[in-house]
Amino acid sequence: MFLINCPFCGERDQSEFSSGGEAHIVRPKQPTELSDDEWAEYLFMRKNIKGIQFERWNHVHGCRKWFNVVRDTSNDKILSVYKMGEKPPVNYK
Amino acid sequence: MPNYRIHKTEYIDETKRVSFKYDGKTYFGYEGDTLASALLANGIHLVGRSFKYHRPRGIVSCGAEEPNAICQIGSKKDLTEPNVRATELELYEGLEASSQNCWPNVKFDIGGINNFISPLIPAGFYYKTFMWPKSFWKKVYEPLIRLSAGLGKSPTEPDPDIYDHKYVHYDVLVIGGGVSGIIAAKMAAKNNLKTLLVDDKKILGGSTIYQNNESIKIDDKLSSEWLKNEIQEIKKLSNLTIKTRTSIAAYHGYNFLLAKENLTDHLPEEKKKNKIRQRLWKIRAKKVVIATGSIERPLVFNNNDRPGILLSNSINKYLDYYGVTCGENIILFTNNDSAYETSISLHKKGIKNIIVDLRKSASSELIKQAESLGIKIYFNHVVTNTFGYRKINSLEIMKLSEDGNTTVGNKIRLSCDCLGMSGGWTPMVHMHTQSGGKLDFRDEDQVFLPKENSEDQISVGSCNGDFDLENIIDKTVNKINKFLDIDNQDYQKTNIICSKENDKRNIWLLPNKIPLGKTKCFIDFQNDSTAKDIKLALKEGFRSIEHVKRYTTTGMATDQGKLSNMHALGIIADTAGVKMGTLGTTTFRPPFTPLTFGTLVGRNVGKFFEVVRKTSMHEWHVENNAEFENVGQWKRPWYYPKNSENMHDAVQRESKAARDSAGILDASTLGKIDIQGTDASEFLNRVYTNAWSKLAIGKCRYGLMLNEDGMVYDDGVTTRISENHYLMTTTTGGAANVLSKLEDYLQTEWPELDVYLTSVTDHYSTASICGPNSKKILNKLFPNLDLSDENFPHMSFKEDKLENINCRIMRISFTGELSYEINIESKYGHSLWKMCIEAGKEFNLTPYGTETMHLLRAEKGFIIVGQDTDGTMTPSDLQMDWIVSKKKYDFIGKRSLYRSDTIREDRKQLVGLLTDDPKEILEEGAQIVSDVKSKPIDMLGHVTSSYFSPNLNKSIALAVVRSGKTMKGQKLIIPMENKNINVTVSDTIFLDKENKRLNA
Repeated sequence: MFLINCPFCGERDQSEFSSGGEAHIVRPKQPTELSDDEWAEYLFMRKNIKGIQFERWNHVHGCRKWFNVVRDTSNDKILSVYKMGEKPPVNYK
Repeated sequence: MPNYRIHKTEYIDETKRVSFKYDGKTYFGYEGDTLASALLANGIHLVGRSFKYHRPRGIVSCGAEEPNAICQIGSKKDLTEPNVRATELELYEGLEASSQNCWPNVKFDIGGINNFISPLIPAGFYYKTFMWPKSFWKKVYEPLIRLSAGLGKSPTEPDPDIYDHKYVHYDVLVIGGGVSGIIAAKMAAKNNLKTLLVDDKKILGGSTIYQNNESIKIDDKLSSEWLKNEIQEIKKLSNLTIKTRTSIAAYHGYNFLLAKENLTDHLPEEKKKNKIRQRLWKIRAKKVVIATGSIERPLVFNNNDRPGILLSNSINKYLDYYGVTCGENIILFTNNDSAYETSISLHKKGIKNIIVDLRKSASSELIKQAESLGIKIYFNHVVTNTFGYRKINSLEIMKLSEDGNTTVGNKIRLSCDCLGMSGGWTPMVHMHTQSGGKLDFRDEDQVFLPKENSEDQISVGSCNGDFDLENIIDKTVNKINKFLDIDNQDYQKTNIICSKENDKRNIWLLPNKIPLGKTKCFIDFQNDSTAKDIKLALKEGFRSIEHVKRYTTTGMATDQGKLSNMHALGIIADTAGVKMGTLGTTTFRPPFTPLTFGTLVGRNVGKFFEVVRKTSMHEWHVENNAEFENVGQWKRPWYYPKNSENMHDAVQRESKAARDSAGILDASTLGKIDIQGTDASEFLNRVYTNAWSKLAIGKCRYGLMLNEDGMVYDDGVTTRISENHYLMTTTTGGAANVLSKLEDYLQTEWPELDVYLTSVTDHYSTASICGPNSKKILNKLFPNLDLSDENFPHMSFKEDKLENINCRIMRISFTGELSYEINIESKYGHSLWKMCIEAGKEFNLTPYGTETMHLLRAEKGFIIVGQDTDGTMTPSDLQMDWIVSKKKYDFIGKRSLYRSDTIREDRKQLVGLLTDDPKEILEEGAQIVSDVKSKPIDMLGHVTSSYFSPNLNKSIALAVVRSGKTMKGQKLIIPMENKNINVTVSDTIFLDKENKRLNA
């Protein structure tokens, strides 16, 4: 059970949060101009990495804010937490 | 009655005699005993029958690893508990226990015949045998297996005990109160760290606390005396909490651990009453010290499972801790030094014993001590067989060959009444691996050890493979200083004398002249798997340890293979000719020892099982005989039976009244989201399929919300209250998810929008009045409100006061009738409802529940998201193309509406169904076909909603059918168990297609 450092509330138990999958998948601005394949790429395709992954979390039983997390999925260590709209930390690839 | 309690110890209070019943017979023990020690004191070894062969089995150990002595406790239907380990259960006055897995009784067990037909029951027997004929499984094999298998019996009535949960935070958690745990806890606490020390036993001290060998000393004292001093010291430390009778069940990531504390299991029944039985501790610790120790290994030889055969160290504990000897003529069979401690202890108490040692020779101080006491030692010998049915009475030993692979010379038969086994020690690495740690294999003594210690977790003591006292103390002190970044000097001058050595001769499967196929060398005592089974599995092609485990069931019993896993691995490695370290281990899963369901559930039982949400009208519904339906967490009135009405009758009456005169529904549970901000209109444009920019203030509009994949997600009516203020309603069940989804888009995709969302579901109560007389009722409630169609048309909104309280009134309809929804602040909901009922009396205003609501909307072909949709329906599939804007550039899910899959013509589509026999009501969920003769039958779809409509006097149904849109008028078949029902595909709207009733 993770401890997640909400950028607005501080460190809280994982049970207060819900996971929102991979981060930095931007909704296309002009979906109508995309082919089926391009749209499917946005809609369905996720990396599901073993290793360092950027993902979205929501402090759903707290401040209800969405934010981003860098997590190593091989050992569940959370390496960094940053707000929506902020650039991902560059030292993780 | 025999008495095997041969001396006094400080842990047994002989002034407090305790009587208990075992298998119906009364015995006596003393306060301080476990059930196992009390049974042994009474000379009872035989405590159960084995699982598969029903062989007599005795107590093997003195702790959590016990595979055989598992009992049924108590006989009451609500309090009886199965599978309790007698070795852990503290004795109390009035305890009732019985043996399990035997019939008619433990001494004479019918299933014992399995022992003699055992060649017919090899590994995988069940998989191989009960396969055919197929029809036999359900009626013959399964009931038979169930009858003879299984362990104890579950209670059949609700558990009356109280359980508790508690969250705690500590700087340091120390698991295990043996020497290393105590040292670690003391060092941490003295350094001002908030520390918790847990131990599963009644008292701290582990196996050192009863140690009384003169050749093992600390600071010139017996190690047990030295440790007692330490315990006294740590009890004085103010920031150390000590929890005994508390075992860690699970070690999760981020140092989150679950511990079970036993609070009353050791108390007599009258003292248990009204007390919390067990508490589940949810512990967050910054640092965790694992000091869980090690358990002794058995040895694998022919007939190593007879009652009277125990682990050598357990014999020692029963003697030195409980004052009980396990026999009067004991043989100790060992491959290492530790059995010599037992031997010397026994000798000192006058118990005759001899040692059979696998090693060719050994020369530690301990062995010299044994030799000087005149204890007979057979070096380089192996036990090849044992005898005695209900208890061991003799055994055979033979000399080992030079390489240890076979036996040589003549058999020597030795008589005995008890045999102690010591195959060395297995570090308890469960906690380390549960936390995600990896293991290393140490070849010298064939043990798995924690590989690396992370910055927040460390293993010390014998669970880290440090077995002799000097090593344990030195290493623990050094490691803890480093781990906690402290400089504690308390143990710098501690002087330790330990005469034990780690030398050991490890042979996993001991050699025997008898062919393996004719031996019974047990590995897993509880699941009756033998060395032969493991070899058979390998012969049949199993390679992975995880597969061998499942095929042979080794390590899968309630003891989770604490005694058996290492031997299984060892035999696999030897047989396959690979190094044991390369095999890996099976996964160590929580819980370490079984937990009761009560502990896991805690206080969340009965009323606290789930959160219940009630509307402010709830009490009225209760008083008026409503039957309730759970919708999410909400309690919604389902129907209101009158007199002796059944559900069907009540729903028919309610539905008729709503269309003929007036009906009233508690609609408070619908989700309500208050939307404000200058971009609110734009926001709605993006989340709904239809256009919102032109909705006038004071008007309402129905909206359909999709997922990004184009499938219908939610629906509801949204009202424009002012320029930048909307009130959205959602389905009852979808409210929370819709809000989360909308917030997600606002925060992550469209942060530029000026929109604020607030859940106001609980803030307003809603009474929905429908039917041709609803306008008259409204007029009585709001005499100053102009209800004319010109002033207050369908899909519009007004505000008015009801006795000075502001109401929001929407003229919207989910039934197809003229209909008004009155919203009022929740605290006035009950009054509003009562006033509506009062005003409606003269018009037969009839309260109706969710069932009638569903029926009325089905007559109109209105969908219910979640009933007529299932996450695979597009608006087009629902024949709702009219609500999808062609003009809007984008909205959630738009692009998906013309993917190759969503534009397929043969998708399942919503249709109406009319039964040829108008009285026949279809079953919701029933399959729909066009041809029952072709095989396999092609399933076209299924019924989603079905009712008997009193207003149309016929059965109606909604269904999803492949290519349904093109099938109007076509005949289809609903095949049921005993008949086929003929139906015709119809329009989805059954009543008032012209919507005349909305303005009636």
